[in-house]
Amino acid sequence: MQEERFPGYKWLPYLLVAPSIAVIVIFLVVPFVQSVRGSFFISTPFGTKTIYVGLRNYIRLFSSPDYQNSILTTLAFSAFVIIIGLSISLGIAQLLNQKIRGLGFYQVALIWTYALSPAIAGVIWALMFAPATGLVPYIVSRLSGGYVLNWMTNGRIALLVVAAAATWKMLGYNIVFLLAGLQNVPNALMEAARVDGAGPWKAFWRITFPMLSPTTTFLLFVNMLYAFFQVFGLIDIMTRGGPGNATEILVYKLYRDGFIHLNTGSASAQSFVVFFVISIAAITQLRIATRKAIYAR
Amino acid sequence: MSGKNRYKILIHGLLILLVLVLAFPVVYALITSTLSFQASYTYPPRLIPGNQFLANAAIAWHRIKLGRLLFNTWLISIVVALAKIILSLLAAFAYTHFKFRGRGLLFPMCMITQMLPLPVRIVPTFQLMASFDWINSYYALTIPFFASTTGILLFRQFFMTVPRDLSDAARVDGAGPMRYFLQILVPVSKTNIAALFVIEFIFMWSQYLWPLIVITTGEMRVVQIGVKMLLASEQIAPEWNVIMAGTVMAMLPPLMILILFRKSFTQGIAMQSQK
Repeated sequence: MQEERFPGYKWLPYLLVAPSIAVIVIFLVVPFVQSVRGSFFISTPFGTKTIYVGLRNYIRLFSSPDYQNSILTTLAFSAFVIIIGLSISLGIAQLLNQKIRGLGFYQVALIWTYALSPAIAGVIWALMFAPATGLVPYIVSRLSGGYVLNWMTNGRIALLVVAAAATWKMLGYNIVFLLAGLQNVPNALMEAARVDGAGPWKAFWRITFPMLSPTTTFLLFVNMLYAFFQVFGLIDIMTRGGPGNATEILVYKLYRDGFIHLNTGSASAQSFVVFFVISIAAITQLRIATRKAIYAR
Repeated sequence: MSGKNRYKILIHGLLILLVLVLAFPVVYALITSTLSFQASYTYPPRLIPGNQFLANAAIAWHRIKLGRLLFNTWLISIVVALAKIILSLLAAFAYTHFKFRGRGLLFPMCMITQMLPLPVRIVPTFQLMASFDWINSYYALTIPFFASTTGILLFRQFFMTVPRDLSDAARVDGAGPMRYFLQILVPVSKTNIAALFVIEFIFMWSQYLWPLIVITTGEMRVVQIGVKMLLASEQIAPEWNVIMAGTVMAMLPPLMILILFRKSFTQGIAMQSQK
């Protein structure tokens, strides 16, 4: 499959990969290893000395109610963004999966929110939910006969609003990917299922959904990285982790502990915890992807 | 027949409704950016645009030196997107066209790199910037981003589909590998290059956490942080009209890039999900 097309060049390939490898090693791999190492140390105030403390940073972390709260918040937030976001997108994509004219136009008309940064999405949603004067509190108050929606004072509602804002930004992107995946499911398969007497529900779960799995595993991973890390700007703009610590997801707590409270040992331990979660997800994604490749043969 | 037609019209109706619902928050932001301060606080909120956009934009522009911030963000987004394209083209070329020791490590390395986003290595990466004396510089905002595993995997997959005849013909004609790369391989990759440009430009334009920690001076900030500053400079009642005028200016460039390269972008991302 990948054969040598230019034999006899001994050094050239090394020269070609060198810039990428150098950047990856210097700015990604080495700092990561240092971060793991740093998670076993604490530094004195002013950073003059570091002291080896073994697992103490991790023990402190997991016994701290703040961190436990942050884990639960992250779970709730990312479950909302990933599961609800992808389910809504899949529902809509399935509904739209027809031979329609102007598909190219609709693709662009749906996917453009991908170009908005999480921070920008955050400002816009903060505007819509602005307490007392915003559009959404106005509508809520009209519909409920006077209920005053102030999401900035209610932790549960704040988490919901932040999650909804984050989901909104990814919705168009998810729909476009899923729609492209659905359109790749051969019509003949669906016809065969219909002839065999499978109802639409059964046909969806037995044929469409498995055929779609490369797209869904890809989107699961992309949405997970998004919900774990990229939403940082959205959180910082909308709530700064508040009210209290109701919206303090792991990446936000990591930033605060590392760069506001300058507790680098704890921040490094927190880095390793999120790495651990992400690597499990990545390996799972890879295994599903490779299993599918074999299955397809 | 008419039933089928009616169904098609229904689908189009639903699609248009969906497009409008998704776009609504941004439309509302646009409307707010055109209102005077008083009009932005009328109750019930109004949905009719005003004519104060330029006045609001001017206030936002001066308040956070938006011109400078836009320049910074354009610069780093273009530099990073181009560097990522060049570096990943070269690496993918080596990977698919040569045999060399350690080649087998490249793919696992890309996979590992995808598990190392900034937050899992943030403290030492920041300390590295400090030791290079790169705090508050364009170096910190660009160079650490130069490697693109997305790009390497995208080009690798595309290069494997390029027929061997092309490289054989080039070799018979006496062209060396770099000439083949520059004159044949790069030109046939232009859809993928454009797609990667859009992805990486938007990625860089949206950076928030990294600029927040490596930049402390006003002139070196990026627009995302500028929007945060606009919001933070609020008094008791936020000037939503001014904030939104700044927001609109901060979100337009990546949208322009996306619309400009929309064809390549949608083709490229379709390929990305099937790697």
